[in-house]
Amino acid sequence: MFDLVWLIPLCPLIGSVINGLLGKKIKNETVIGGIAAGAVFCSFLVACGILFQLLSLPGEERVFQKTIFTWIQSGTFKADIGFLIDPLSATMLMIVTGVGFLIHLYSIGYMHGEEGFYRYFCYLNLFTFSMLCLVSGNNLLLMFIGWEGVGLCSYLLIGYYFHKKSAGDAGKKAFVMNRIGDFGFLLGVFTLFWYLGVNHNVWTINFVELAKNADLLVPGAVVTTVCLCFFLGATGKSAQIPLYTWLPDAMEGPTPVSALIHAATMVTAGVYMIARMNFIYIKSPTALLVIACVGAATALFAATIGTAQNDIKRVLAYSTVSQLGYMFLAMGVGAFTAGVFHLMTHAFFKACLFLGSGSVIHAMHHALHHEHSDADPQDMRNMGGLKSKMPITFLTFLVATIAIAGIPGFAGFFSKDEILWQAFANPHHGSANLVLWGCGAVAAGLTAFYMFRLVFMTFFGQTRLSEKAFHHLHESPWVITVPLVCLALLSLVGGWIGVPKILGDVLGGLPNYFEGYLEPVFAYSNAYVLHNVHGAHPSHAVEWGLMGTSVVIACAGIGLAAGLYLIAPSVPEKFVATFPVLHRAVYNKWYIDEIYDFVFVNPCKALGNFLWKGFDVVVIDGIVNGVAAVVRGFSGILRYVQTGFVHNYAFSMVIGVVVIVGVYLFR
Amino acid sequence: MLAIENYLILSAILFSIGTIGVLTRRNAIVIFMCIEMMLNAVNLTFIAFSRHLGNIDGQVFVFFVMTVAAAEAAVGLALMIAFFKNRESIDVEDVNLMKL
Repeated sequence: MFDLVWLIPLCPLIGSVINGLLGKKIKNETVIGGIAAGAVFCSFLVACGILFQLLSLPGEERVFQKTIFTWIQSGTFKADIGFLIDPLSATMLMIVTGVGFLIHLYSIGYMHGEEGFYRYFCYLNLFTFSMLCLVSGNNLLLMFIGWEGVGLCSYLLIGYYFHKKSAGDAGKKAFVMNRIGDFGFLLGVFTLFWYLGVNHNVWTINFVELAKNADLLVPGAVVTTVCLCFFLGATGKSAQIPLYTWLPDAMEGPTPVSALIHAATMVTAGVYMIARMNFIYIKSPTALLVIACVGAATALFAATIGTAQNDIKRVLAYSTVSQLGYMFLAMGVGAFTAGVFHLMTHAFFKACLFLGSGSVIHAMHHALHHEHSDADPQDMRNMGGLKSKMPITFLTFLVATIAIAGIPGFAGFFSKDEILWQAFANPHHGSANLVLWGCGAVAAGLTAFYMFRLVFMTFFGQTRLSEKAFHHLHESPWVITVPLVCLALLSLVGGWIGVPKILGDVLGGLPNYFEGYLEPVFAYSNAYVLHNVHGAHPSHAVEWGLMGTSVVIACAGIGLAAGLYLIAPSVPEKFVATFPVLHRAVYNKWYIDEIYDFVFVNPCKALGNFLWKGFDVVVIDGIVNGVAAVVRGFSGILRYVQTGFVHNYAFSMVIGVVVIVGVYLFR
Repeated sequence: MLAIENYLILSAILFSIGTIGVLTRRNAIVIFMCIEMMLNAVNLTFIAFSRHLGNIDGQVFVFFVMTVAAAEAAVGLALMIAFFKNRESIDVEDVNLMKL
């Protein structure tokens, strides 16, 4: 089965090529969607086979490499088209193909009747191909190909409705932000390759060989630089401070794209990359601290913005930024397993939430269309009371919301609690731990608050639609609801594979499967921490206390949301009226976009304008046109000689003859 | 028999008249005639030297020159006619189309 790993990225690529080249001629939506979804389903089957074979092997043998061919060979540099299977990449393959398949299926229903239906599925398949390359490539260069590929597809899909200026701008913004990050990623690859090659004569970019030579990486400035460069790449792709502003704008794309790319897969690439390179990161406490701080700050910061947004997808977008912050917080405190665990559970419930919001938007759009109203179908202020009309969407959405809020038993609880515990108890950051935990805990409370605010505003209470429009609301078709139900089930039970040890002991010796499963990938880092990093180990009582605290915080957030949006809906308005400045600042996302415009974008534009009008036009064009003008000037003098009159030529001949004869006679 | 100098002086006078004619006249046909005069001045020199040196070569050249002159006159006349059709003039002042 392992030998078939190349089929996993190949299937979506074939699907993409077929739809891209022939889709316009096929026209039949079922066939186009079927090809795309079927291709991903094939990959999913292969990935399942690989996962089961992997699980049947003992832990230390769970690494397999499959080289298809040598891609680049130049001197000591060698890059293969090759794939790596280990517990980490197998997990990612399952998430990408599994969630990806459900979203493909959903898209068939959601995108029904759209212009460029085939184009959408071509891009979506191409995206899946790139993402699978990213997670299964066995070297940094192949990973980078996938890294760039998902960026490109994200750009294409955000700008899918390209006739809308806002969509085009959002695509461009995502592209430029990602480019800044990719620059860091490349610098990281170069520095690492150079450092190992020059100092230790180990010229490699292969992950397995890098991990084997991890002992050669001496903690110091170079390792920290490498880590921070890679992390810059991760901030771009995974929407962390300071490169996060593209993700909320990316909601201009179709909703399934938001679910697949901007919640479940591409944005987690940064987390995956850091987990993959854990053996380097563990050597740099500085880089870890930076990552932890950026992660915690992003988690908290994005959560505050989420509390005041009215666009249903925008709330989810800030929630995604915030949850990605959690994952980076986990990476930054050296809790790689917890980070990957949260990556997985987040993929389930956030995909479910996005698809659920898509289902709501779909129905709202339909209802508003019937009424010939041009009200915004994504604005929660136009919704309310949807639960009776869309029971399946409502229930699945509720399950995913409870999961993200961190109520015990649901997937999000286990992963988020693990991260908060690790942030508090990690041996790396000493006194900063409390701050990191505090940020995470407050963000968790805010998450519970704004997610339930969304649910209450959308599904509960009196409807704010007109009676006629409300009458036209109806549940979505099965291609939309089936993926919702699947993802809701995963959000419900997905967390039980990673039950924390102390809770597992109470529940009758339930082991933490996930940690044991990922252990081989992080074995080196764990051993390194054990030998080189010394920190306090809080007692079990503290762990129980923290767990209790996070549950209390989550419940408080939910309670607050219920109080403000169900019981006393007038309070938020009063609050806004009392603190108008604060509300405006939060509602306008703390004016970060405006600040970026002022600090970076406008000066760059001014510089560009200066280089264009001041340098290019004056200096460069001046030199080019100057040379031409000089030549023209000389030829202007010479052209007086060329009169075109026979007389003048004959006269010059005569003079020539006279001169020659004269010289001959009188020399 | 006259001394060779007399022929050469006559030839030089004819050649100069021809040259001045080419340089100063505007009428293309007159210019052609002047060129013929210059060619024949040269022919006169050829024949004078041929007689003086007792060598036939010069006279052979004269035939060549006359042949080429005839051909040139034919081509030149054709050019003149073509030009006249376009411009209704054979004034060489008007013949400066090659200039930009």
